[in-house]
Amino acid sequence: MELLSGADMLIRSLQDEGIEYIYGYPGGAALHIYDALFRQDKVKHILVRHEQAAVHMADGYARATGKPGTVLVTSGPGATNTITGIATAFMDSIPMVVLCGQVASHLIGEDAFQETDMIGVSRPVVKHNLSVRHPEEIPEVIRKAYYIAATGRPGPVVVDIPKDMTTPNERYEYSYPKKVKLRSYNPAIRGHAGQIKKAVDMLLAAKRPVIYAGGGVILGKASNQLTELTRMLGYPLTNTLMGIGCYPASDKQHLGWLGMHGTYEANMAMHHSDLILCVGARFDDRVTNATEKFCPGARIIHIDIDPASISKTVEADVPIVGPVDAVLKEMLALVKESKDKPDADALASWWKQIDEWRAFHGMRYETSPDVIKPQEVIELLCKLTNGEAFVTSDVGQHQMFAAQYYKFDKPNRWINSGGLGTMGFGLPAAMGVKLTHPDDEVLCITGEGSIQMNIQELSTCKQYNLPVKIINLNNQALGMVKQWQDMNYESRHSQSYMESLPDFIKLAEAYGHVGVRIEKKEDLESKLKEVLAMKDKLVFVDIYVDRFEHVYPMQVARGSMKDMWLSKTERV
Amino acid sequence: MRRIISVLLENEPGALSRVVGLFSQRNYNIETLTVAPTEDETLSRLTVTTTGSDKVIEQITKQLNKLIEVVKLVDLTEGAHIERELMLVKLKATGSQRAEIKRTVDIFRGQIVDVTSSVYTVQLAGDSDKLDGFIQAVGTSGVLEVVRTGVSGIARGEKVLSL
Ligand SMILES: Cc1ncc(C[n+]2csc(CCOP(=O)(O)OP(=O)(O)O)c2C)c(N)n1
Ligand SMILES: [Mg+2]
Repeated sequence: MELLSGADMLIRSLQDEGIEYIYGYPGGAALHIYDALFRQDKVKHILVRHEQAAVHMADGYARATGKPGTVLVTSGPGATNTITGIATAFMDSIPMVVLCGQVASHLIGEDAFQETDMIGVSRPVVKHNLSVRHPEEIPEVIRKAYYIAATGRPGPVVVDIPKDMTTPNERYEYSYPKKVKLRSYNPAIRGHAGQIKKAVDMLLAAKRPVIYAGGGVILGKASNQLTELTRMLGYPLTNTLMGIGCYPASDKQHLGWLGMHGTYEANMAMHHSDLILCVGARFDDRVTNATEKFCPGARIIHIDIDPASISKTVEADVPIVGPVDAVLKEMLALVKESKDKPDADALASWWKQIDEWRAFHGMRYETSPDVIKPQEVIELLCKLTNGEAFVTSDVGQHQMFAAQYYKFDKPNRWINSGGLGTMGFGLPAAMGVKLTHPDDEVLCITGEGSIQMNIQELSTCKQYNLPVKIINLNNQALGMVKQWQDMNYESRHSQSYMESLPDFIKLAEAYGHVGVRIEKKEDLESKLKEVLAMKDKLVFVDIYVDRFEHVYPMQVARGSMKDMWLSKTERV
Repeated sequence: MRRIISVLLENEPGALSRVVGLFSQRNYNIETLTVAPTEDETLSRLTVTTTGSDKVIEQITKQLNKLIEVVKLVDLTEGAHIERELMLVKLKATGSQRAEIKRTVDIFRGQIVDVTSSVYTVQLAGDSDKLDGFIQAVGTSGVLEVVRTGVSGIARGEKVLSL
């Protein structure tokens, strides 16, 4: 057997795990590991400019590829800087392993230089965390970390590695375990057959059914099964913000997404339905609005890999715990062989009703002859990229416009921080995507507030040549905050203006990139075309959009799903 | 409703803090908590008493089960079970109080385990209500110090919580 130091074992374990990229930032407690990294070339390291960005990069990579991302940082401030990124991944169930240096074991507890209890600090925002107590454990700990991160309901796993676990001249026998078994961790591999049968019977008997699909469909790689089942039944489908792309947006059975800023037809259909088939979604408060008024006439079937997501906020009538792909496959088989068919008359009148709702609002917005509307920027981008780009976003109005007006037909292409709502996510996430999808268009749709939360990464983009396109919908305000202040605080704009904005064009140029400003509506299309033609350049596109625009529809606070503002003056 | 949840936990550093953290993080109550090794040295047994609606209790058990180090758990209050708590109480005991306390201790089947000229230390085991009852009976004015272990419990009959 081979003898390796702890640091070499760690890097070898990553190689044996098939890890292509790690994102990170060095420091004292991680230096043995960085030295081991230097002496090999299989695992490539991307040096970011802030550890938070390393985590979002790993996250973007994971969301686009479906594989776990990997981060490496030092102890203390390096580790604590990752927390927002880890919490972001945790809320959206993104598989990831974060390797943190730690002070040497004999110093732990002594308030040593750069000592932070990372196991304690990260505990509430990780799926699990592990610390290495002996160098020989490293291969097994690493195998366990990836296994836990990527199976069941995925999530981030932190590994804390005291410096003396990686000492260069202490060598141990290395072998990478093929499998790990944890007696206390056994994610479900299929759903309960009886429950599935019951669900199918209910589904076929429904008069006003809606399929409500979430990010779990994308994480569970079940888009094909979902699409097939939905088409076979002919039922309307809506998805969550996290589920965008799980079902083709251009399909006529797709109602758009639901919830706070969902479409009129999706929210109306949910409210009036008699049966909801929830697949891999979690009845989040941004979806349900007031739970006591939620969909009063609906019975609920809920499929989820995580039993704790079922009946957490809204009671399920038929809970099914299992991987969504396996469960949907069984449902499909049952629907096919069943002699019962969906009630054609009921379905026809249900669709007639839904089409009326669709025609009533239809995501209309007012245009103006001279001011650029943020919605039209997104519609244009969708057209110019044939709806095929990877789109990451930050958090705010621009995020909602991007999700509403870019039509995604495929999963894994819409990448945003849905659960935590982390400003600063967009650019590093886009970088993580671009690195592994160099030939695809990668757009980061952002706002002048959000982009400044991780703007230092323009430097990383230069170093690794990551030609993403940054689309800054510049409304010169923390727009979403301002919208809430307009609606709930009589337009008292407390701290929601962005005064003294930097010159983003010069800033992009200072980092060695191209900057393009768009102020006039007549320039919009031609300039965007020019930008997209610059394939090998990072372009920062600073677009001056309507400063007074609001995102609609918007659910009325504490109302039911159907209570919405449709514009500044119309409330239904 | 009050529940007694009994958990088999991997006997590893940090496992307990995860359980305790879960309760505070998700705003669940902990009334008592006990934890000790079992006959299997790789496992600890933890007993927690909590209160909440059925919905909250269901979430508590599901969330506990999600913790990687939780091997198995049971809500003892779902079936017939035995519940015990141990209490040590220091009582002011002078003059006529001494005989009075002795009688009350006997009624509650406790023992006086330490004596000074002015203080009795009493040991008492039973369910939580019985311990509360004893304190009430002797009157809080004479109580100098109380220490309780928190509840342990086990199912009645053949049912066992094991791997
Ligand atoms: C890190 C972080 N801090 C604060 C917030 C609260 N917040 C949500 S949207 C928003 C405004 C974002 O402004 P901008 O990026 O310019 O986007 P816009 O809404 O103007 O499109 C703020 C401050 C947040 N989501 N994340
Ligand atoms: Mg803005």
